[in-house]
Amino acid sequence: MTPTRKRRLVIVSLVVAAVGVAAALIAFTLGQNTNYLFSPSEVQAGHVAPDATFRLGGVVLENSVHRASDSLRVDFIVTDRFKEMPVQYTGILPDLFREGQSIVATGKMDGGHFAATQILAKHDETYMPPEVHDAIEKAKHVDHASADASAAN
Amino acid sequence: MNTLTYWFHKLGSPPTFYRIATALQPWCYGVALVLGLIGLYGGLVVAPKDYQQGDAYRIIFVHVPCAWMGLFAYLFMAVNAFIALVWRIKLNEVLAMASAPVGAAFTFVTLVTGSLWGKPMWGTWWTWDARLTSELFLLFLYFGVIGLYNAIEDRRQAARAASFLALIGVVNLPIVHFSVNWWNTLHQGSTVRLFGPSRIDASMLWPLLLLAIATHLWFFGSVLARARGGLIELDAGKDWVRTLALAQSKPTASGVT
Repeated sequence: MTPTRKRRLVIVSLVVAAVGVAAALIAFTLGQNTNYLFSPSEVQAGHVAPDATFRLGGVVLENSVHRASDSLRVDFIVTDRFKEMPVQYTGILPDLFREGQSIVATGKMDGGHFAATQILAKHDETYMPPEVHDAIEKAKHVDHASADASAAN
Repeated sequence: MNTLTYWFHKLGSPPTFYRIATALQPWCYGVALVLGLIGLYGGLVVAPKDYQQGDAYRIIFVHVPCAWMGLFAYLFMAVNAFIALVWRIKLNEVLAMASAPVGAAFTFVTLVTGSLWGKPMWGTWWTWDARLTSELFLLFLYFGVIGLYNAIEDRRQAARAASFLALIGVVNLPIVHFSVNWWNTLHQGSTVRLFGPSRIDASMLWPLLLLAIATHLWFFGSVLARARGGLIELDAGKDWVRTLALAQSKPTASGVT
């Protein structure tokens, strides 16, 4: 390698390394601020300023959804399986909204509950045919049944 | 000089590369088309429905291969840009600049298909989470490289300036890829994993992988085509281009005289 090329190699490598370090520092400093959502545990631990609008993320707790009969109002509980947070929302819900599904709600705290202005469904990275899902569910039930049976014995 | 460096030097010379590219290009396009059609048929017709999303999940057969190509094209461009900056090899300048519009197109398709899927599934066309924002930034980086390349008169100076921008933008690649792990995002995590089991059923995975191979081949086909044009433009006055032009115009020339 000629000296000119060696010099260019060093300069170009240094520039790329410097930009990389700068980007890493920015990403590190932004840290929590780039978080798209907060979990109920984080909210209850006081990571969110009061009166701030933020996104609450978690799973819709099973058997917690109550729909008003005369309006579009929906009440449900969002959980991260550690802490729970009651949510109130009036409006149309996305297709994937259902109990046991992850959602992201935008809004702010209103007393003890979270008043949502927008609900987005968060999808996970698992894809499978319905039959496979049924088989997995069935296997889970068999597992539970046998666990219950052994516990009863 | 050993054989390996000899072949590198030979491949790096525009006439040799042009000859090889001309021979390879139809194969890239042809195989890409065949695999792509099989993959699309497999993904849109043969593969079963998803247990939660029904038929709407089928957009991943376009979205995911294009997203991979958006990143791959950038990496390819950045590696060539690096070689172009350090060794000033004409061919690598041409290759780097040839991959920018192709990568931009793949990134654009990724953003559009993701948006189309996001509305019914998430409930919104667009949201500023880390994955979506960094992917948009990737598109703007491509635009920046293309714009800078076309803003400077001298082709080789333009290529080197744009190469520099391309190389700096490479820090965005890990951010795009790992954004779903580093931050809480609305976008889901990676489904197909190189290490560890993929989170997708085998009946849905094979069309996806076929389409991934097809998009790679299509990318190389387009880059070769663009690079051939770029080399001819740069070497317009050289002997090999003149010979080529004469060889191609011979039938009509003999007809006239």
